Amino acid sequence: MEQAKTVVEMRNITKRFPGIVANDSVNFKLRKGEIHALLGENGAGKSTLMNVLFGLYQPEEGEIFVNGQQVVIDGPNKAIKLGIGMVHQHFKLVHPFTVTENIILGSEPRKWMGLAVDKKQAYEKVNQLSKQYGLNVDPYAKIDEISVGMQQRVEILKTLYRGADILIFDEPTAVLTPQEIGELLVIMRNLVGQGKSIVLITHKLKEIMAIADSVTIVRRGKVIDSLPVAGTNPNQLAEKMVGREVSLKLDKKVAVLGEPILEVDNLVVKGRQGLNALNGTSFVLRRGEILGIAGVEGNGQSELIEALTGLRPVSSGSIKVAGADVVGEKPRAISEAGISLIPEDRHKHGLVLDFPVRDNMVLETYYQPQFNKRGFLDYEAIGKHAERLVKDFDVRTPSVMTDARALSGGNQQKAIIAREVDKNPEVLIAAQPTRGLDVGAIEFIHKRLVEQRNMGKAVLLVSYELDEIMQLSDRIAVIYEGRIVGEVKPSETNDQELGLMMTDYKQKQGGAGNEQAD
Amino acid sequence: MNKLIKVVTKDSALVPFVAILLGLLVGAIIMLLGGYDPILAYRSLLETVFGNRYDFGETLTAITPVLFTGLAVAFAFRTGLFNIGAEGQYIMGMTGATVIGVTVHLPWYLHAPLAVIVGALVGGLWGMIAGYLKAARGVNEVITTIMLNWIALHLANYIVRRFLLEPGKGRSYMVDDTASATIDWLSRFMDDARMHWGTAFALLGVIFFYYFLWRTKQGFELRVVGSNPDAANYAGISVNKGVVKAMFISGALAGLAGVFQVLGVFHNQVISAGHTGHGFDGIAVALLGGNNPLGVLLGAILFGVLSYGAAGMSFGADVPPEIIRIVIGSVIFFVAAPGIIRWLLKRISGKKRKEEAI
Amino acid sequence: MDAATIGHMLNTAFVFSTALILAALGGILSERSGVVNIGLEGLMTAGAFAAAVAAYKAQEAGYGGASPWIGVIAGAIFGVLFALIHAVATITFRADQVVSGIVINFIAGGSTLYLVKLLFEGAGETTLVNEVFHKVKIPVLSDIPIIGDGLFNAYPTTYLAIILVGAIYYMLYRTAFGLRLRSVGEHPSAADTVGIKVLRMRYTAVLLSGVLAGIGGATIAMTTTGSFSHNTISGQGFIALAAVIFGKWNPLGAMGAALFFGFAQSINNVLQLFDFTSHIPSEFIYMLPYVLTILVLVGAVGRSRAPGALGEPYYQGKR
Repeated sequence: MEQAKTVVEMRNITKRFPGIVANDSVNFKLRKGEIHALLGENGAGKSTLMNVLFGLYQPEEGEIFVNGQQVVIDGPNKAIKLGIGMVHQHFKLVHPFTVTENIILGSEPRKWMGLAVDKKQAYEKVNQLSKQYGLNVDPYAKIDEISVGMQQRVEILKTLYRGADILIFDEPTAVLTPQEIGELLVIMRNLVGQGKSIVLITHKLKEIMAIADSVTIVRRGKVIDSLPVAGTNPNQLAEKMVGREVSLKLDKKVAVLGEPILEVDNLVVKGRQGLNALNGTSFVLRRGEILGIAGVEGNGQSELIEALTGLRPVSSGSIKVAGADVVGEKPRAISEAGISLIPEDRHKHGLVLDFPVRDNMVLETYYQPQFNKRGFLDYEAIGKHAERLVKDFDVRTPSVMTDARALSGGNQQKAIIAREVDKNPEVLIAAQPTRGLDVGAIEFIHKRLVEQRNMGKAVLLVSYELDEIMQLSDRIAVIYEGRIVGEVKPSETNDQELGLMMTDYKQKQGGAGNEQAD
Repeated sequence: MNKLIKVVTKDSALVPFVAILLGLLVGAIIMLLGGYDPILAYRSLLETVFGNRYDFGETLTAITPVLFTGLAVAFAFRTGLFNIGAEGQYIMGMTGATVIGVTVHLPWYLHAPLAVIVGALVGGLWGMIAGYLKAARGVNEVITTIMLNWIALHLANYIVRRFLLEPGKGRSYMVDDTASATIDWLSRFMDDARMHWGTAFALLGVIFFYYFLWRTKQGFELRVVGSNPDAANYAGISVNKGVVKAMFISGALAGLAGVFQVLGVFHNQVISAGHTGHGFDGIAVALLGGNNPLGVLLGAILFGVLSYGAAGMSFGADVPPEIIRIVIGSVIFFVAAPGIIRWLLKRISGKKRKEEAI
Repeated sequence: MDAATIGHMLNTAFVFSTALILAALGGILSERSGVVNIGLEGLMTAGAFAAAVAAYKAQEAGYGGASPWIGVIAGAIFGVLFALIHAVATITFRADQVVSGIVINFIAGGSTLYLVKLLFEGAGETTLVNEVFHKVKIPVLSDIPIIGDGLFNAYPTTYLAIILVGAIYYMLYRTAFGLRLRSVGEHPSAADTVGIKVLRMRYTAVLLSGVLAGIGGATIAMTTTGSFSHNTISGQGFIALAAVIFGKWNPLGAMGAALFFGFAQSINNVLQLFDFTSHIPSEFIYMLPYVLTILVLVGAVGRSRAPGALGEPYYQGKR
């Protein structure tokens, strides 16, 4: 790589929050025209560092240089003036507004002595920028009407509209399909080709290898290493990221399949806004196997899970658990029939954060006789039950009376898994079970899921992380627009093929057809 | 000093105490500005309340309705609902009791209990309307309960005027003696203060509040719904049923306040131009008490003392009793914004700590 | 029913809804920025009180016809003062917005009555002001049959209210300020990251709501009653709140809602005149705006779409 000039240098940046040092004397250099990846686990401090660069946080110590000049970035306004723009992980878009209104917000073109917004000029400028960088957005569309991919491009346009030369992308691929990820990488190369410099915050090793020029690895607030991507590989990066040897492959025995335990036949379920979210979904899950449901978010996965657990009414079709149809049953009855769920959003659906761990452990079973005495709740029994689970599942908590809120994400998830597995279900549904967790917790959870499957349970894994699906599943079913459009074995397919199936099933060629259960 | 600040600013029982002090201080300042003597005023207030048996008894009677409504609002809060409709539920409960008390004639062991039960039921049903609307239609309960407050006022007036009015008067017929909840011997003991069974029931309400919410399955369900309705759904708990149930119980509690005001204190119902304010006071009491049973009890005592003593303040120090509204408002204000108390204390100690970043 | 009666009904509707429109506009601004404002009743009370007192003093001091205008200005000022309390509590100290609004109602109610007793030697009502607003006919337009008398023969404050509706509508949807205000109420974090000062915006909105609601209260004192007592403002603030929600946080919608409620009120007066309708208990008429609000919320509007971040305090520096 040629010696390009340094556009951003952060020296000895230290940022503290109560109880934690998020950035500890961090050094970071971004060269002009490069894509520089910031790699680290959740909570390692990479987002914090870039928030400092973008002026959302002020560092306690350290200096920042932009284009050779030392600067103090006291707020986003200043960062924007310096040509720094941020494409946030959680989009900062106002949903009822149009694409253009979101882009111009805060820097609106005016007419009539500043009294009115010059909408025409705004639309023209947005169009022009969109074409210049190949971003292809509809300036008149409302945000809640466009796809996630386009929303992200609106975020990118926001920075370009304000003249950003240095773009920070915060975990941009979390919400994209493989195809959209490909498109994004093309856009990024485009931007760099037009003289921009990019910081890519990510924990995805494959993307770093694919697009980044250099990578800086952060762990627990400190910089571990900074090196050109050309000279390294995913294993090495993973090791640096976690601090020990990481096996990227999971050790899995061959599946021993039992009889079908969950039979979903031609399920039609209405989603939000009255349209069908599931359009005749069918699949079979056997004892002793992990079936992975792969697909882009929004193709019916949430509705499928809700239908399976009784939270959403079913228009037609059947769901049979051990032969008995549970359609129309109440959630509690379905839970008792043997379906357990590890929900996608642990804070929203899995736990009551303001309740102690003890109460969370009986969230679904508090009414059962073993937890009641003479008509009142038997807290002694409930407490003992919680203590047992905490011990068996290694949930790190000071006591069972600690509020769930105080636990780390990984331990919260472990608590939920403990609760669900303890119910001894026939079918365990795991939805995005490792979202937002660090490698240690991910390993633990994956082991547990495989353990359940080895014990003869049936596991339905719904995940947007293709790697996870590929690693854990014995069989993969791809869901697209509310239907299962293909079933494959992980050993017989790859990301590309899955990606194609996940977005337009017409494109798949032969091979894995619309196989129903045997 | 630092340690003191730490103790006082923890979200603990001390915040309400500081809030009360500050509220009284605000009242004192306003009195001074008006040319009144705050020390004399507050002394008159305390003398009024504790001075003699009659006044003490009446103070207990003043505490009772506000204890009921405080429990009502706190109960709803625990279930994640903002019940601003305690005013309306109070009125409807009162009306229900009056109707039974005036139109039906039964021996005492049937009449009074029936009136109480009907009143509580009507209050509960009135609360349930808002609960149902929220559960079935997602309509925000703040707005519906405010609307229902006014509807209740006019509806009650209509019922009294049309069916229960004593000719030539602006009120209903007096309630039958058999429906009275006044405790005659105790009233005599307290020099003719109007003592009634409602006070005892209100205390029972405190106990019910605790046992129901923390010891029963249904209470557990309601608390889960209040804390995280999404998780409740996923746990198989019906949020909609919980909301309706909670508003019923809350409405019944507020209704009981009205029931005993009519059966135990006034023995009739007037046609009113406006709300009594007991329902709104209940909100204050619930907030002051941190929505827990003991706190609500203490908060109710405070309010009863302040409200009853205000009349004495007017007598003894010539201060308009509206001052108490200001004091009460200020106390709620400081309870609702504990940040202000923390901020003040930090300024006093001279230390300026950085705002927490998270 | 003849033309004159219809015209009269329209007129009553218009007049009654003036105060509602003004207060509703205030509520819209506040809530559009994300701050719930249940304290409209208290703000109107403060405004009515200030107007009655100021106009009286002005009249005594010989200001004659300018007195009611002085009252209106005083109303605005007092509205701002109480709104400031709400703003500080909810925006800077992040207190619960509903509670704070209720507190404003309490404190405004208590302190205004206290001051009345203080200033008017223990009386429960301010001394009647003679110099109040009189209706102004707009030439030509007011001669149009029916609607002429209805729409174009009103108090100056009514015309002010209509103008403000248009102005605020334009401000909200056509200016940069309006765009930013709405963004603060929908997604304050998004606004923050493009450099908009969220807290400052909210302060502005809440203080403006104080101005508008204060003027609204002043309107009532300066047109209908001429004085202030404990029931000058009894429920209008809540009806205004209903109009805000009814009108989906849109100035034109709220005006429509306020007119609708004004209409309901004026029906009451008219129904008393006719035999067959005078049997309808007046209590049911009083109930009407409230019942209608609930029905609309449940039926036609269902789940109305409030500003996205309404009711949530904003933590600066939280990503």
